[in-house]
Amino acid sequence: MIISNDLSKTYGSNTVLKINNLDIPKGQSFGLVGNNGAGKTTYFSLLLDLIQPTTGYITNNNIRVHESEDWKPFTSAFIDESFLIGYLTAEEYFYFIGELRGQNKADVDALVAQFADFFHGEILNQKKYLRDLSKGNQKKAGIVAALIGNPEVIILDEPFANLDPTTQIRLKGIIKDLAEKQGVTVLISSHDLLHVTDVCERIVVLEKGEIVKDLITSEATLKELEAHFAASETL
Amino acid sequence: MKIKHFISLEWKQFFRSASLGKSLAIKIFMGFMAVYFMVSFLALGVALFPILKKAFPEQDPFTVVNTFVFFWILGDLIMRFFFQKLPVMSVKPLLTQKVKRNSIVHYILGKSALSFFNILPLFAIVPFGLTLIFKDYNALTVVVWMITMFIIALIINFLNFIIESVSAESELSFLPLIVITGTLFGLNYFEVISFSSIVSDGIIAITNNPLLVIIPIGILIGLYLYNFKLLKHKLYLDASLKSKTQEVKTSDLAWTRKFGDVAPFMQLDLKLLWRNKRPRSTVFILIIGVLYGLFFYPNPAFQDKEFLFAFIGIFVTGIFLINFGQFIPAWDSGYYKMLMSQNIKYEDYLKSKYVLMTTSVIILVIITIPYVYFGWKILIAHFAAAIYNIGVNTYVILLAGSFNRKKIDLNQRAAFNYQGTGAVQWLLGIPLMLFPIAIFSIFNFAISFEAGIIALVVCGVVGIVLHKKLMTSITKKYITSKYAMISAFDQDN
Repeated sequence: MIISNDLSKTYGSNTVLKINNLDIPKGQSFGLVGNNGAGKTTYFSLLLDLIQPTTGYITNNNIRVHESEDWKPFTSAFIDESFLIGYLTAEEYFYFIGELRGQNKADVDALVAQFADFFHGEILNQKKYLRDLSKGNQKKAGIVAALIGNPEVIILDEPFANLDPTTQIRLKGIIKDLAEKQGVTVLISSHDLLHVTDVCERIVVLEKGEIVKDLITSEATLKELEAHFAASETL
Repeated sequence: MKIKHFISLEWKQFFRSASLGKSLAIKIFMGFMAVYFMVSFLALGVALFPILKKAFPEQDPFTVVNTFVFFWILGDLIMRFFFQKLPVMSVKPLLTQKVKRNSIVHYILGKSALSFFNILPLFAIVPFGLTLIFKDYNALTVVVWMITMFIIALIINFLNFIIESVSAESELSFLPLIVITGTLFGLNYFEVISFSSIVSDGIIAITNNPLLVIIPIGILIGLYLYNFKLLKHKLYLDASLKSKTQEVKTSDLAWTRKFGDVAPFMQLDLKLLWRNKRPRSTVFILIIGVLYGLFFYPNPAFQDKEFLFAFIGIFVTGIFLINFGQFIPAWDSGYYKMLMSQNIKYEDYLKSKYVLMTTSVIILVIITIPYVYFGWKILIAHFAAAIYNIGVNTYVILLAGSFNRKKIDLNQRAAFNYQGTGAVQWLLGIPLMLFPIAIFSIFNFAISFEAGIIALVVCGVVGIVLHKKLMTSITKKYITSKYAMISAFDQDN
C-alpha cells in the first residue's frame, strides 16, 4: 500500500531521514518507534506531503504523494493540535471534515455515535469550542475526526500521549479493530513501547533517521525493544 | 540585570522570526514615517510662534497654545488608540522562573514610556519653548511649561493603555473611546463646560507656581499604578479564562449551501469572523469605514475635488476587503497543515474568500447609497470604485496572500495583546488605494470626470471577465508556495 523508495530528507548538511526501502502492505497496523529526533514526524509529514523529500519518493496506493493529490481522498491523519480548528465545536469540526471528505451530516453522526465510549461524555454536546477543551479531549476529537470518511490509510502521530489510561485502552481497541476487521492500514508512532507492541503487527525502529530494526510483533518483541533502547541509552 | 535579559530576548525574537524580511521592510517604512513626522513636528514647533502671532495678533501666543492643549489630548488619545499598542512580550516561559512579576510589568510599562508617541511632541514643544525664551519670556516659566507638557504626553500614554484594556475587555472596540472623546468635545464645543480653558488655566497656574507641577505628576503616578495593577493581574495564566467560558451558539448557516462547493469554507470563514476577537474587529471597523465619507463630503471645500470621490469610494466599499483580505491565508494558519492534508480543492478555498470579499463590497456600496445626498457624482464614483474593488483589488489581495508568511494565532489569549490592530495593518492597503486613485485622476485630469469613471469601470470589468483565468493562476501561485507557508505557519512568532 505504502512504499518508500530511496527516501531522504536533508536540511543543509543534516540528514534527518534516510529510508532506502520500506513497504507497508494494505491492512497492516504499523508502528514507528524511536527517540526524539529519530525522524518519526518527518516521515509522517513526508507521507502527507507537508514537506518535500530531498531524494526519492513515497507511493501511497501507487500514487506518488508529492506529485499528485489523488491519495488524499483515502488517506487521513491526526498529527497534532494544529489539525484542529479551535473556534469550532467538536460537532462542527466533524461536520466540516465530513464535508471535505464527502460525508453528509447523517453519515458523520452515525460514525461519531460509535465512539460514545471513547469520548466519555466529554466531547459531544459540550457547547464549548475545541480551543477550550483540555489537551486530552482535543486529541480524542482529532483522532475520531481522522476516522471520518472511510479512509484506507490512517496516520496518527503519538496517539497515546496526553490520554488518560481508560482512553488509551479504548483507543487500542479502536486501532486493532480498524486493522483487523476493516482492512485499514494504520500507521502510528509512539514512545510507549507497551502500547505499540499491543496494537501493531509490525514495528519499525528509527534511529537518527534510519531503520535499525524491522520486527513482526511476537511475544518477544517488547523485551527486544526494551533491550534495544536500554542499550542505546548507554551509548 | 533583568532589563538586559528582557531586551536580549526581544532582540532574538525579532531577528530569529520567520517573517523577518517582512518585519524589516515594515520597520524601515515606519522609520521613514517617523522621520517625516519628526520633521513636521519640528517645523511646527519652530513656526508656531510666528503663525499664532499672525493669526491672533491681539493675544499672547503662549496663552493661545495652552487653549489648544485640550484638543491635543483628545486627538492624541484617538491616534494612540488606533496606532500605539502596549509592547508585547511572551511572558509565559518567564512566569515560573526566578523573575519577579513586578519587574516584568515595570519593564513593559517603562518601555512604553520610551514610545515614539511620547518623544514626538517634544519635537514641537522644545523649539516652541526655546522661541519663547528667545522672545524674552521668563526662562523658568518656560522650562516648567515644557516639563508639564512632557508629563501630559506621558499621562496620555498611560491613559491610552487603560482605555485599550477596558475596551478590549468589553468587546466594543473603539466605541467607548469615540463616545467619551465625542462627549468631551461636544461639551466643550457648545460651551457647557469649557474644558479647554480649564486645562489652559491649569497649565498657566502651574507655570506661575512651579510647585503645582506635583498635580500632573500625581495623576501620572496614579495612572501608572493603575496600569501596573491591571497588567499584574493579567500575568496569571488563568486571568483571561475565569471571566468567560462562553456558551456556544451554533447555527448551521444553511443558506450558504447556495454557493455549492464553496459552502463549507464559507461557513468556516463566517464562524472565523464571528468567533475570534481579532477578525471580528475587522467587522467593527466597517462602521468607521461607512461613515468615513462624512469627514469630507459635508465640507464645501472638497465639493469639487473629484479625486477624493474615487479615494473615498475605494476606501468605503473596500474597507472589509483590505482589512480581511490582507491576512489571507494567515487567518487559517493555525490549522493550515490540516487543510493541506485534506482532500480540498485549493480553488474552492480561495473562491470562498473571493465570494466573501465581493459580497462585502456589494453590501457596502448599497449601504453607502445615501451619500447621493451630497451629489450624483459621488454615487457614480462609489459604484465605479466598487466595480474596481471587485474586479482588481480582490485578486491583488489574494495574490499578495501567497507571499504571506506570518502566522496569526487565533487561540492566543496572551496577556497584553489587546487587539492586534496596529498601524501596520494599513500599510498594505496603501497600494490598493493609490492605484485606482491614480488611474482615476489621470483620466479625470486629462479628459473628464466621466472618463475617469469609465477607466475605473473598465479595469474592474476586465478583471471580472478574466475571473476564471486569474483564479487559476493565483491558485497555482499558492500551490507553489505551499511548503514554505506550512513551515512558516508552524513557527510561533
